[in-house]
Amino acid sequence: MIEIRFHSRGGQGGVTASKLLAQAAFLEGKYGTAFPLYGAERRGAPVTSFTRISDREIKISSQVYNPDIVVVLDDSIMDLVDVTVGLKDGGLLLVNTHHDEKLKDPKFKKFRVARVNVTDIALAEGLVLSGNPILNTPILGALAKLGVVKLDSAVKAIEDMFSDDRNVKAAKAAYKKVVV
Amino acid sequence: MKKMATGNQAAALAVKEADVELVAAYPITPQTEVVETIASLVEMNKMKASYIRVESEHSAMAACIGASASGARAFTATSSHGLLYMHEMIHWAAGARLPIVMANINRAVGPAWNIWAEHTDSLSQRDTGWLQNYAATVQEVYDTVLMSFKLAEKVYLPAMVCLDGFILSHAIQPLDVTAPGDFLPPIDMPHALDTKNPMSYGNLTGPNDYFKFRRAMQDAMKKADREARSIEKEFAERFGRKYAPVMEYKTSGADTVIVGMGTLAREAEVAVDSLRKDGLKVGSIRVRQFRPFPKLDLEGKKVIVIDRDCSFGAGGILAQEIRFHNDVPICNIIAGIGGQDISHDTIAKLVRKAKPQGEFWLGVDV
Repeated sequence: MIEIRFHSRGGQGGVTASKLLAQAAFLEGKYGTAFPLYGAERRGAPVTSFTRISDREIKISSQVYNPDIVVVLDDSIMDLVDVTVGLKDGGLLLVNTHHDEKLKDPKFKKFRVARVNVTDIALAEGLVLSGNPILNTPILGALAKLGVVKLDSAVKAIEDMFSDDRNVKAAKAAYKKVVV
Repeated sequence: MKKMATGNQAAALAVKEADVELVAAYPITPQTEVVETIASLVEMNKMKASYIRVESEHSAMAACIGASASGARAFTATSSHGLLYMHEMIHWAAGARLPIVMANINRAVGPAWNIWAEHTDSLSQRDTGWLQNYAATVQEVYDTVLMSFKLAEKVYLPAMVCLDGFILSHAIQPLDVTAPGDFLPPIDMPHALDTKNPMSYGNLTGPNDYFKFRRAMQDAMKKADREARSIEKEFAERFGRKYAPVMEYKTSGADTVIVGMGTLAREAEVAVDSLRKDGLKVGSIRVRQFRPFPKLDLEGKKVIVIDRDCSFGAGGILAQEIRFHNDVPICNIIAGIGGQDISHDTIAKLVRKAKPQGEFWLGVDV
């Protein structure tokens, strides 16, 4: 079983990203599940969401404490919480950022660190809602590049949920731009 | 057809497949998505129901009562304070013997203000005459809504389908959206209002007669226990998914059993697997059907009941119900209330340290 934890702010699409990932895994014939951990349900508040992927039925519905993968959609959250808490040694840390230096902290050495600027990708595609760039679909492209799901299933999952093809374009752009 | 859906969407899709004729609701987090999905299906003409946006939960149940009294299939969904606000009408629906189905997304009651999972809201409605089932998966939400309509319309008692707030209401899992076909026959209610045969209901009923109506409700609950078994059997034959009033896991040969309801009781099965690996003879029992309450097979076993609720001055409500039917010592753990996370690791630790009996709060006593 692979366990993924997403850190985002309300309105950025972190919860939808966790669901899209479960959907993509489901399309590959796996068992996927995802759920959010809401704090205050409002825009801008930090939100955590979880995805679990397995070849077998998943009976666990408690929170993820030892993720294999941590995804951070808003790097300002890294100043507030230790996003890598519980992340397995050698686990993947994927951060949406344009600050390289944020990821150079020695405490990240034991992880596989990847970065991508999905904010710029979302803005370039015009994926903006109420003034906020929507990051759920491009981050799925980045996760596909990192081997979590196949790009085809990521694209299909996005098409199942959104009719606007800019989402698929954004995912494909992020697939190309993610840096490990 | 299999797809991914949340617990909320599963409830809405089952309502669509059940050809519900009236939905009256007032949105409250975290059930909003149930009625939002239904409203959208109605708006897109994918569902033919009348959708009434009322001004309160009390009115939502009142509208369901009116519709159901005329013989229509009626549904609403609520949660926590919304459920408590409709309390008077909840009693009325049962007393009037109306087969309304309601989804309740289990959530704590304030203060302290809290929107997360807990069972006290619906358990506090246990004496109203409603059938109650607690689901643990998205599929089970869907299946239980369908089976609840069938059962409610057989015994003329309303049915509540309960699911954990956020943990299940907002979780996506694979869902087989099975069309029920003729599993649900058209509603047949001899006491439906009929303008061609006018009758009066709800009149003043004196002390020489009132108890007869109440006794009929108690008899209907007993009948429901039998009818539910045949409905589950038919459901399994038609759709291949098996349900029982209690879902037992590795209880054969177990000397210790964990008992609970909802998602935590399903997660307990993972704890059972890890404890079994260490040679401990542990099993688990997930109580699905809370009203009518089933008798559990606990003879000679150490019993650990996890309650996601509390009746202050008495303790865990599930533990109380079990004690009423089973003369066994119970280690009652109050855990998971107000969304307190309870993982399989925690459950396994609680089982290892469990005392033979008493009441223990996770985070306070254990």
